[in-house]
Amino acid sequence: MAAGESYPDDLRYNKEHDWARIEGDEATLGITWFAQDSLGELVHFEPPEDGAEVAKGGSYGEVESVKAVSDLISPLSGTVLEVNPKVVEEPETVNEDPYGDGWLARIRLGDASELDDLLDAAAYKTFVDEQ
Amino acid sequence: MSFLSLTDRDRDEMLATIGVSSIDELFRDIPAGVRFARELDLEPALSEQEIVAHLEELAERNVDTGRELSFLGAGIYDHYVPAVVDAVMQRGELLTGYTPYQPEMSQGVLQAIFEYQTAICELTGMDVSNASGYDGTTVAADACYVAKHVTGRSRVVLAETLNPQVRQVVKTYAPGFGLEVVEVPHRDGVTDPDELGEAARGAACVIFQQPNFFGCLERAPDLAAAANDAGALPVAHVDPVSLGVLEAPGVYGCAIAIGEGQAAGNYQSYGGPHYGFMAARSEYVRRMPGRIVGETTDVEGRRAYVLTLQTREQHIRREKATSNITTNQTLLALAGLAHLAWLGPQGLREQGETCMALAAYGKERLGLPLVFPDRATFKEVAIRVGRPADEAIRGARAQGVHPGYALRRDYAGMDDALLVCVTEKRTEADIDRLAEVLAA
Amino acid sequence: MKLIYEKSQEGRRASSLPPRTLPVPDVPEELRRERPPRLPEISEPELVRHFTQLSTRTFGVDTGFYPLGSCTMKHNPRVNERVVNFPGFRDLHPLQEEDGAQGALELMWRLQEILAEIAGLHAVSLQPAAGSQGELTGLMLMRAYFAERGESDTRHKIVIPDTAHGTNPASVTMAGYEVTPVQTDPRGNIDVDDLRAKVDEHTAGLMLTNPSTLGLFDENIEEITRIFHNAGALMYYDGANLNAVCGISRPGDMGFDIVHFNLHKTFSQPHGGGGPGGGPIAVRDRLEPFLPVPAVVRDGERFRYDYDRPQTIGKVRGFAGPFGVFVRSYAYIRSYGPRLREMSEVAVLNANYLLAQLKDAYDLPFDRLCMHEFVLSARTLKRRDGITALDVAKRLMDYDFHPPTIYFPLNVPEALMIEPTETEAKETLDEFVEAMLEIVRDASERPEVLKEAPHDRPVGRVDEVKAAKRAVVRYLFEDHPDLSADGSEARQLEAQKGA
Repeated sequence: MAAGESYPDDLRYNKEHDWARIEGDEATLGITWFAQDSLGELVHFEPPEDGAEVAKGGSYGEVESVKAVSDLISPLSGTVLEVNPKVVEEPETVNEDPYGDGWLARIRLGDASELDDLLDAAAYKTFVDEQ
Repeated sequence: MSFLSLTDRDRDEMLATIGVSSIDELFRDIPAGVRFARELDLEPALSEQEIVAHLEELAERNVDTGRELSFLGAGIYDHYVPAVVDAVMQRGELLTGYTPYQPEMSQGVLQAIFEYQTAICELTGMDVSNASGYDGTTVAADACYVAKHVTGRSRVVLAETLNPQVRQVVKTYAPGFGLEVVEVPHRDGVTDPDELGEAARGAACVIFQQPNFFGCLERAPDLAAAANDAGALPVAHVDPVSLGVLEAPGVYGCAIAIGEGQAAGNYQSYGGPHYGFMAARSEYVRRMPGRIVGETTDVEGRRAYVLTLQTREQHIRREKATSNITTNQTLLALAGLAHLAWLGPQGLREQGETCMALAAYGKERLGLPLVFPDRATFKEVAIRVGRPADEAIRGARAQGVHPGYALRRDYAGMDDALLVCVTEKRTEADIDRLAEVLAA
Repeated sequence: MKLIYEKSQEGRRASSLPPRTLPVPDVPEELRRERPPRLPEISEPELVRHFTQLSTRTFGVDTGFYPLGSCTMKHNPRVNERVVNFPGFRDLHPLQEEDGAQGALELMWRLQEILAEIAGLHAVSLQPAAGSQGELTGLMLMRAYFAERGESDTRHKIVIPDTAHGTNPASVTMAGYEVTPVQTDPRGNIDVDDLRAKVDEHTAGLMLTNPSTLGLFDENIEEITRIFHNAGALMYYDGANLNAVCGISRPGDMGFDIVHFNLHKTFSQPHGGGGPGGGPIAVRDRLEPFLPVPAVVRDGERFRYDYDRPQTIGKVRGFAGPFGVFVRSYAYIRSYGPRLREMSEVAVLNANYLLAQLKDAYDLPFDRLCMHEFVLSARTLKRRDGITALDVAKRLMDYDFHPPTIYFPLNVPEALMIEPTETEAKETLDEFVEAMLEIVRDASERPEVLKEAPHDRPVGRVDEVKAAKRAVVRYLFEDHPDLSADGSEARQLEAQKGA
């Protein structure tokens, strides 16, 4: 049921195991394969409100598995445009497809320069290997 | 030694299997500098009968409610504990099992906790209950912590009519939790909803007690409404045995209901162990501290119970605990369940009515001024004895009666006030005796 | 088995109350209960049968071997149950005047003295209700101590080893401190070099249990003490593993400043399916002023409460603490006296006896003699046969053993933490070894038997994911869902919560 390990090249990552897909002045956010693997099957997603402000490095919601509750740490600042209703209904979607159907929220970017602080796939993979 | 099962021969064989020549060798990793070189300075071991004799002697020097007619309440109560409760508490499996982490080995205790959770939700009108907290004081601290997480606010408001020990414990926990604690004074024995509402603006929660520490009935629905209007979570600290006659907090708008469970199913036991209970509305289910048992199925589709929502204590990405509680008060909570099942809904209501009837009789019969004459009460009444309360207590006790708690220990202007508690274990004749003794 | 609510019949009742002739005053309408709570309506015979059935579906130390690491599941002496039920203890109100409670006060005072001697420290508070509350209290004491010295702002970190019990970091957070984790070295001791790098003037203290959750005594404890005390920090001892070293090495002598005891582990308070417990703390004299109030003190021949503690942190629990737990622990300790040492010696002997016979069949993360418990790993079983620690645990149930602690400590993969305690007979230990060895054989010969275990319990493996998702946490009467409708799997926690 769970996806195979991967860290797509078109994404950017933070050290808290969250990813961002940049699309113009918007970004889609989610958690990485490593995060969902560590947590185990997700049982709950506590999403942010539409319109909420998120800060880079700040928590924008929670995901929960049987083992642990985990904050979602936003890699970028912005305003929440949409949260993924499929994950709210079926949190295990994140385990099956963490980068596709398992996306968590879309935001309008607050500060594009923050991208420079994020890791690319290679750097993130190296970081994960050290865990 | 009677609790050890090994014989000398066993020990020798075991040492040989391990490959050491003495038990001392097993401790060779302990550095010499921290080895305890002498014998523990403790009195020599006692045989079983000597232990019984010694403990009997200690117990004899305590004046319990079998030896003195007691009207003491103030948070711990002399209610009747039925024999079935003793029978349940003595079942060896329930007594000696651990927290049920292996559900296949522990369906009994897991189901019992699920039944307890259900009973607490029924009493309080809430959707979720935990498996117990330590006592009626610490659950208040727990409730504040939940409220802070839910609202993002750090101020908590406590009614002055909330049990003094509960308030003291909240204040002890407050610095570590980052809470600011504010108290709302009582107005003639109860809390004013407008004052409470004012204090509740910008607060995470408000905690009031029903019946309150003075035994008076608060305008609980108005207090809850005032808190809700101010955006603070209303938390009611309630007497479980009052909930057959008094409305459930969940029905009148509270977010959380807490309390000391002792009155339902536990002996007084000089203050513990007992059980704190905590129940909340469904939206807080994932915020509840403590153990929670949930229903599920097994591989064969059979109904099964398991500890669930256990993520409060450990996080993989950040330390953000909402609780550190592990060992709680399960056995005492199960005694509570047995007691509530023994009572049933009719019995609970009758018991509550009997307490009220006797307390009302007491108010009349004692013929002493009431501290709060205009207030409706449940099972406790504050009276003025016309002289220092401690003097009255001494005098009464010399005649074999404990007349109640000296409220001056916690409240100003109460030097001559006693909090008199009347449970269903007291009779009219007992109250007549109290009247005699206080008049003397 | 039905829920008690499913056995309820309208009009049935177990309770009887004395007749009442007095009039019942009215409850003001807005405060009156509208609808009665749906408590069970059940007769006494049904009630007794129900609880008896529940208990027979529960496994306790009374039932069989219960080697749950770090929990110390020793026999609970029956004499303790007799004495705790003496009316002079059982029916004593906590607000009774002191002259009417001298027996209780004396018992508490004596227990305090005993615990101070066992800890090698100076002052004791019996108030905390459990080990984790003792931890929180200890951390509050640290805060008060540093506040008095004007160091509150600078000291904000507590060092905890990566093998720590789950409550330790939780307690640290609740006390308003930050966790600094420190690594374990290949011998199972704290990595002293890592420690030196992490302890500085921002460190408030250490939280450690010794022996650790690996069942190993930290050989560098004296150096560790030097590091912390040189930095002006305090040392907190988690007493969960005290059963290994009573009368053999005292935490105060090891250098610890604050110690909590688990009365429900070391000192035989029965576990009760999850409590009650007791978590009293002992402290070095410079921390005494901050202890919870009231203190229990002796004045010549009398015992009393002392509320005059201006520097107290306050109150952590109602009254003086869980008194019934004190009675049992006191009676227990009086049964041993100085021979508590023998209790620990046999606990360590029993554990090493098991270790010696199992360490070749399983993986052994740290090749040393153990203390009262030890940790094995099923990692080879997993790699070679696909059998996990979870499978081992479930199969042990078929042998009528309670499984050991699994998946803890976190730094050992497929961990099995085994603590036999001192009260077990050699034959029981031998049977356990047999079972564990047979499981290894079955892992290669007939793994399906392990995967499908347990076979003879009221339920098989349960679906924990469904439990967390559906969150059905009470009986919903007519609205109670049928959870079997959404399919059934064994989806169980592979990372065990701390014991």
